[in-house]
Amino acid sequence: MPVKVKNKGLATSIQDMGRPGYFHLGIPISGAMDRFSLRVANMLVGNDESAAGLEAVFMGPELEFTEDAIIAVTGGELPPKIDGEVKETWTTMRIKAGQTLSFDYIRHGARAYIAIAGGIDTPQSLGSRSTYAIGALGGIDGRVIENGDELPIGSISTNMSEGTSVPKVLRRGPGSPAELRVLPGLYWHRITHEAGERFFQETWKVASEADRMGYRFKGGSPLEFVERKQPFSAGSDPSNITDAPYAYGSIQVPGGTEPIVLHRDAVSGGGFFTLGTVISADMDLIGQLQPNIETKFVKVNMQTALSARKERAVMLDSIRQAVA
Amino acid sequence: MTSRYTFGGDEHILVEIDEEMSLEAFFKSLSMTNAVRDAAIKGVTEICPANASYQIKFDPDIIHPDDLMSELKSMDKSDSQGESKLNTRIIEVPVYYQDPWTHETVMRFRERHQDPDSTDIEYAAKINGYESVDDFIKAHSGSPWFVGMVGFVAGLPFLYQMVDRDRQIQVPKYLTPRTDTPKQTIGFGGSFSSIYSVRGAGGYQMFGITPMTIYDSSQQTSYLKDFMVFFKPGDIVKWKPINREEYDQILAKVEAGTYQPKIREVTFDLEAFNQDIDATNAKLLETLNAS
Repeated sequence: MPVKVKNKGLATSIQDMGRPGYFHLGIPISGAMDRFSLRVANMLVGNDESAAGLEAVFMGPELEFTEDAIIAVTGGELPPKIDGEVKETWTTMRIKAGQTLSFDYIRHGARAYIAIAGGIDTPQSLGSRSTYAIGALGGIDGRVIENGDELPIGSISTNMSEGTSVPKVLRRGPGSPAELRVLPGLYWHRITHEAGERFFQETWKVASEADRMGYRFKGGSPLEFVERKQPFSAGSDPSNITDAPYAYGSIQVPGGTEPIVLHRDAVSGGGFFTLGTVISADMDLIGQLQPNIETKFVKVNMQTALSARKERAVMLDSIRQAVA
Repeated sequence: MTSRYTFGGDEHILVEIDEEMSLEAFFKSLSMTNAVRDAAIKGVTEICPANASYQIKFDPDIIHPDDLMSELKSMDKSDSQGESKLNTRIIEVPVYYQDPWTHETVMRFRERHQDPDSTDIEYAAKINGYESVDDFIKAHSGSPWFVGMVGFVAGLPFLYQMVDRDRQIQVPKYLTPRTDTPKQTIGFGGSFSSIYSVRGAGGYQMFGITPMTIYDSSQQTSYLKDFMVFFKPGDIVKWKPINREEYDQILAKVEAGTYQPKIREVTFDLEAFNQDIDATNAKLLETLNAS
């Protein structure tokens, strides 16, 4: 009982929780950029929370359903429409065979997650349905969705009732300016004390290069490096290191000018220094940042990172109870 | 060589064994990552050996970051000797140097290059003191290379030349990365050679191309049925220069599913290598070429 893609939207991709275990071979973890929202979308339709759904960026797709289905849309505010009638986000909806799901323009945020009861049932590659187009893994034959695709849907008997909704206080999104908490580390010692202070004081803006590989930020001062003789094999620029693995969420600053936060489909390693890592609890927020959004990096320690992670888990638990 | 331990957020530990690349640092990375894998520590989700460092990803809900940090440090202490012997394989990789496809790409991005009036390989030969491109190709393909890391994109190997340091080829990366690189380009940046596993952006100098598929997510390639990625850290590679005719023949075989890369099992001894590099390499090549 497939769903037909009438209009693909903008780089709409199939994503689940990702593909861990192959990073040492250059295969990134992939998966939804805002996993919190995909989890909640799945809860609202009665799926396993890690089921595959669609990640839409800025613009929604147009999907024709060939059978009755239970669906939900979460994430950024991209209002869904069923046969033209606007519906609520973060709410369980029923769509009938022959009806079309489309979207209004995005109000805030950057990515919406569309869950369908039963989950998208494309073949897994390396244990995941997540789309990693560079390596032709997951998705539809290793790519994002295209007009005319038919998305297979798994079968499930869901008891979620129409209108089940997530209370507004539990819908997590970035504030304004967005705040991303960072644990300094990795090659932090490469920049001067003053450069490090300024990095956290200044307000940055999301640059136009902002996608599943990484988010670039502009508008802050260039970083000064601690002087050193570049090590053999590291390359001549002070921002170069001997090629090493990159952490998910780590912040590289090529040439010391524009920081890039590495995200789900990032390169797995390379020759640029990194100055720290956005904490795991805040990575989902990045997926909701549009270009030009003002952003502050906030310095935290490990204890704060771990409590933030716990808070996020508690929030998900509250949603589980609220929609159960 | 004292390892530096640092957290990458609440989910990673990066261990920098040395700031500079050496086979000693790489061996340490391999032995430590093997030890971490064997220890089967609960909560560890990714173990990534690399050139002169390694990274462990973990789930802090299962293991506290400080506990994992202490465990890694204590494993490091008991591993102080390091391993000096490695059972691995040597692989012959055919290379069509100065092929028409990378040449077209070389010419398309001249304005991003340090020396727009020469090709990448002419520039590399010149700055490394070789009189001709042929001499440079002899040097690049004459000694074996170690795969120090697989990554950047899926299945891309970083290769380190197995000669003493003053003979090592070094070439800077492009001034600004290209937006395009043909699939299976033989690249070079810093002191690492590489093979671009997929088509895409890149900053390494381009010397040639191999007809050998090294990444195939569909796993149609005859020698990638078991796994889609060909290389793993610790592999040893020997480049074999080929001409257009040989390139076409091998490519046809790869596509027909009948190509078998030349691979031999070898034991590499780092101490023996350090005592006599040329003799150790000669022995490796003898094993490769034995019928």
